[in-house]
Amino acid sequence: MRLFTGLVLAVCAAGLVFWGITTPDRTPPDFAGTSAGDVEAGALVFAAGGCASCHKAPDASAENKLVLAGGHAFPSDFGTFYAPNISPDPQAGIGQWTQDEFAVALTKGVSPEGAHYYPAFPYAAYSKMTAQDVVDLFAYMKTLPTAQTPSRDHDVGFPFSIRRTLGVWKHLFVSDDYHITGTLSPEVERGRYLTEALAHCTECHTERNALGGLNTGRWLAGAPNPSGKGRIPNITPSDLDWSEADLIAYFTSGFTPDYDSAGGEMAEVIENLALLPAEDRAALAAYLQAVPAIP
Amino acid sequence: MKRSLTLPLVAALALTAVAGTAIGDGHSNKALEDAIKARKAQMTLVGYNTGLLGAMAKGETPYDAAAATAAASTLAAVAKLDRSILWLEGSVQGTVEGTRAKADIWTDAAGFEKAAAGLEAASADMVTAAGTDLASLQAQMKALGDSCGTCHKAYRGPKN
Repeated sequence: MRLFTGLVLAVCAAGLVFWGITTPDRTPPDFAGTSAGDVEAGALVFAAGGCASCHKAPDASAENKLVLAGGHAFPSDFGTFYAPNISPDPQAGIGQWTQDEFAVALTKGVSPEGAHYYPAFPYAAYSKMTAQDVVDLFAYMKTLPTAQTPSRDHDVGFPFSIRRTLGVWKHLFVSDDYHITGTLSPEVERGRYLTEALAHCTECHTERNALGGLNTGRWLAGAPNPSGKGRIPNITPSDLDWSEADLIAYFTSGFTPDYDSAGGEMAEVIENLALLPAEDRAALAAYLQAVPAIP
Repeated sequence: MKRSLTLPLVAALALTAVAGTAIGDGHSNKALEDAIKARKAQMTLVGYNTGLLGAMAKGETPYDAAAATAAASTLAAVAKLDRSILWLEGSVQGTVEGTRAKADIWTDAAGFEKAAAGLEAASADMVTAAGTDLASLQAQMKALGDSCGTCHKAYRGPKN
């Protein structure tokens, strides 16, 4: 009997811990000290974040890339995810969201209804976004055209279909801390913010473990392409012997040092990076030269 | 004895012919492979001349208006090579070795033509920019890169 009571208590305790860990964190960031949303600055956050690359319609023409109707499919080992409509449409999109709800979605990966988002949405990187960038981005996205396309449900099998389990995933793999630490020059620090937070380069260029968390021991050392074809390259200095000038030229024009051009998803990334101030592209290059070389 | 050898031979030849047609969409395998080789040579020349311009843009070699104009003019000429004999239908990734050309080149022929015309226009503009000054050359590198990227993004398959 005593054994039985102990067992019940242990199960209850485990349940409580699970419940605690998996409860979505809906605390908005501290906006104290931020100034009113600046649409122009927000446009740059939007470009650096690469929002349109995933959230525009899959067949969008160049003119329609700011219509964030969603629908782009992302196959993965866990199922297929579909980018939702994040246009300012009040019904189909996020037009009714408050700034707090937007911030929690972006930096905590939690919907206004209180459900965890799947990490196909790179909130693990956006969690490091500054409050001012969130405010500016929110202001900018309000100015974009609306789309009435309804968001499509993800096609994810059990047990990943239970969103509560994502709380465990976040507990294991989401951190507000930067990977590269120590004394950094202001330029490398800016590059770190762009790489690790806004542009979320690590999401594709770092391999993942069986649970889909980043294998941080192989930071930016390349990964299999989730589409199943090809490999996303190692961009640490061991494999990539590009000079800083080579990197900057690549981020500006898309030309590699061999004068091949960026292809696939990276071509879209270059389109976005080319919109940033030249100093930001130089900062990205400086960061990539500063990360540890991993063979 | 004679008959038993002939029959498999005829069957093998027939199979080869059928397979050749299926692979080639009307063009022989050799014709497709030759076209792939030719357009890779074209891309090598595009890369070579763009590289000469890029080295000046990056400051790796000093800007020289005559040399830049020579590279840009060659690039503009190479960009205009007749696509009807280079992009033979069927010379597609997954069917013939050694190419990353996507099937969309033929299923979306108008889009491919537009993208290729983009390279022609960007290289023609580079001839003017390269002869003007370094700043113009540097600015035009971005437009040139965009034209390469537009086509590669839509019509080049992944590395394997």
